[in-house]
Amino acid sequence: MAGGIKKFVVGSFDDEAVLFPAVKNVRKAGYKIHDVYTPFPVHGLDHALGLRETSLHTAGFIFAITGTTTALSFMSWVFTKDWPLNIGGKPHFALPAWIPITFELTVLFSAVGMVLTFCYLCQLSPFVKKHHFHARATDDLFVMAVECTDKTNEAELKSFLQNSGAQEINTQVAETGWWIGRYDREQKLYREEKGY
Amino acid sequence: MSLLKYESQVREPLVDGDKNYHQVTEDIISPIEMKPTRLWYIGFYISVGLLLFGAYSVYREVTYGIGQWNLNKTIGWGWDITNFVWWVGIGHAGTLISAILLLFRQGWRTGVNRAAEAMTIFAVMCAGQFPIWHMGRVWMAFFVLPYPNTRGPLWVNFNSPLLWDVFAISTYFTVSLLFWYSGLIPDLATVRDRAKTKLRKLLYGVAAFGWTGSTKHWQRHESLSLVLAGLSTPLVLSVHTIVSFDFATSVIPGWHTTIFPPYFVAGAIFSGFAMVQTLLIVVRKVMGLQDYITIGHIEAMNKVIVLTGSIVGCAYLTELFIAWYGQNPYEWYAFSQNRANLFSPYGWSYWLMMFCNVVSPQLFWSSKLRRNITVTFFMSIVVNIGMWYERFVIIVTSIYRDFLPSSWSTYYTPTIWEIGFYLGTFGLFFTCFFLFAKYFPVIAVAEIKSILKTTGENYKVKMTDIEKQDPEKFYLEEVEHAH
Repeated sequence: MAGGIKKFVVGSFDDEAVLFPAVKNVRKAGYKIHDVYTPFPVHGLDHALGLRETSLHTAGFIFAITGTTTALSFMSWVFTKDWPLNIGGKPHFALPAWIPITFELTVLFSAVGMVLTFCYLCQLSPFVKKHHFHARATDDLFVMAVECTDKTNEAELKSFLQNSGAQEINTQVAETGWWIGRYDREQKLYREEKGY
Repeated sequence: MSLLKYESQVREPLVDGDKNYHQVTEDIISPIEMKPTRLWYIGFYISVGLLLFGAYSVYREVTYGIGQWNLNKTIGWGWDITNFVWWVGIGHAGTLISAILLLFRQGWRTGVNRAAEAMTIFAVMCAGQFPIWHMGRVWMAFFVLPYPNTRGPLWVNFNSPLLWDVFAISTYFTVSLLFWYSGLIPDLATVRDRAKTKLRKLLYGVAAFGWTGSTKHWQRHESLSLVLAGLSTPLVLSVHTIVSFDFATSVIPGWHTTIFPPYFVAGAIFSGFAMVQTLLIVVRKVMGLQDYITIGHIEAMNKVIVLTGSIVGCAYLTELFIAWYGQNPYEWYAFSQNRANLFSPYGWSYWLMMFCNVVSPQLFWSSKLRRNITVTFFMSIVVNIGMWYERFVIIVTSIYRDFLPSSWSTYYTPTIWEIGFYLGTFGLFFTCFFLFAKYFPVIAVAEIKSILKTTGENYKVKMTDIEKQDPEKFYLEEVEHAH
């Protein structure tokens, strides 16, 4: 649950055309970008940040074949083994007639499984709360959080971000994980007096 | 280096006006933050009223039995199954818009997909009511599920199209709901982050699942949407195909045809788009969203309507021809006497269907009429009436004269409780839709933002200026970059 408390220098950009070169430069200068928060999916940003491709679709495929197997094996077991019902003298193993249900269960398993996996991977659930670096990250700002280590020169990093075109720059100490909480209350996972 | 993606200047902008990202948020989300208007309350209370009337009609049906409807032994499926197929059909446009048009990379879907998907979900909820209450002893509805029971266990019949329907409709509902909600999460987070009141922060905070907008999350979200679209595309086609199997696998004249699956799917898309038009023409006007649901969007949907309407027309003529060409006396009787004969008891409904579904959409070959809001709104109602009659024609005219003339039942008229049930589903549909329009972003905010710089009016103007100044440089830099 807890990802640990870290210190970040946060820069907000108002244009993705400025953000891209900034991401490139910040990474080139050796700083570690914790994450970039954007109001909509910015294509190519994942590559610019050096993130690997998601394998969510592979999970989707595995769920899909689970659905196919479940449907086919269950229906064959019911109609050939458990209760072989004579329906108009037709074969017990009526594969063509089972295609619709097999297809539906394939889709159902895959969709439900993928959405649950997605929520698990991104820690999405009701009453999950996370630290938000900027409230306008879901509106019109592209928010870059750069991690500060002991060696990082904060002032230098700030001016670096400013030169890259960041509009608002500040330092934040934040919990990187998630916790159970409500958005109508100010809640943090740690107490002010504990170090940071 | 510019990140503007090139789109042909010939294409109409999909977002009108001088917009930036914040303006998009403001335009779409501020109606949620305001108090409902008087018009909203009036509409909402009328819907709730209809819903209550429907609930009372259903109560009577459950208490006194199916006899409350005017069904008899010959006409066992009347308004009830007609309404079922009609609502399911309407529920096809949303997923078609969000899934198939996503795969075809149609940018215009972003303006209408959210509302259309919501409409889909509500329409499927309404559709589901009919077969469930038609069971009569509704407290045994769970018998349709294959669960281990003490009667053997005696399983359901997996070879029956009616059971396929159970799986198809419930899968369709679940997948549409997941697709819709996963798309909503980022937009709900936008509402949460700009909320001023505590209650709104709490509720949208819960609903937005703690979304932050992290790049990795967006990457997964994109992958999820794409795969769900890929899954939903055959799903949409399968659902109405399976509904058509309810008829096509029987031996009733007029039902027993192989043309049914594509014909039903085309009809479903046709009626679904008509319903989307009816709703969105009102929504864009009342909520002031003309910049996002433009005339271009309406025209694009009218093109789908004229295409699918013509496919449906083609199917009507094909089945009529095959009925004659096939030389089966029962089949030909059903078509020539029960349907096409205007002076037979239900002949009028066949010709009304023909007029509404085949003749009237041909108006949309004219681009002037396609881009006319009044004509579109009127046509969308005509198409919905026509598509209701299509199902009525298929069901009632095929069964009111069965193989035994002594059991022919010429006049079937619905009772008030049968009509009340239908009105009740309208109540359910509009109650849900009014709540949706008030409490959820009716347009996919994040998706609009992602196409804004490609197809927003002000950005297109800027691009045209750059192009005019130095065409050669423009093509080298901007166009090359876009590829």
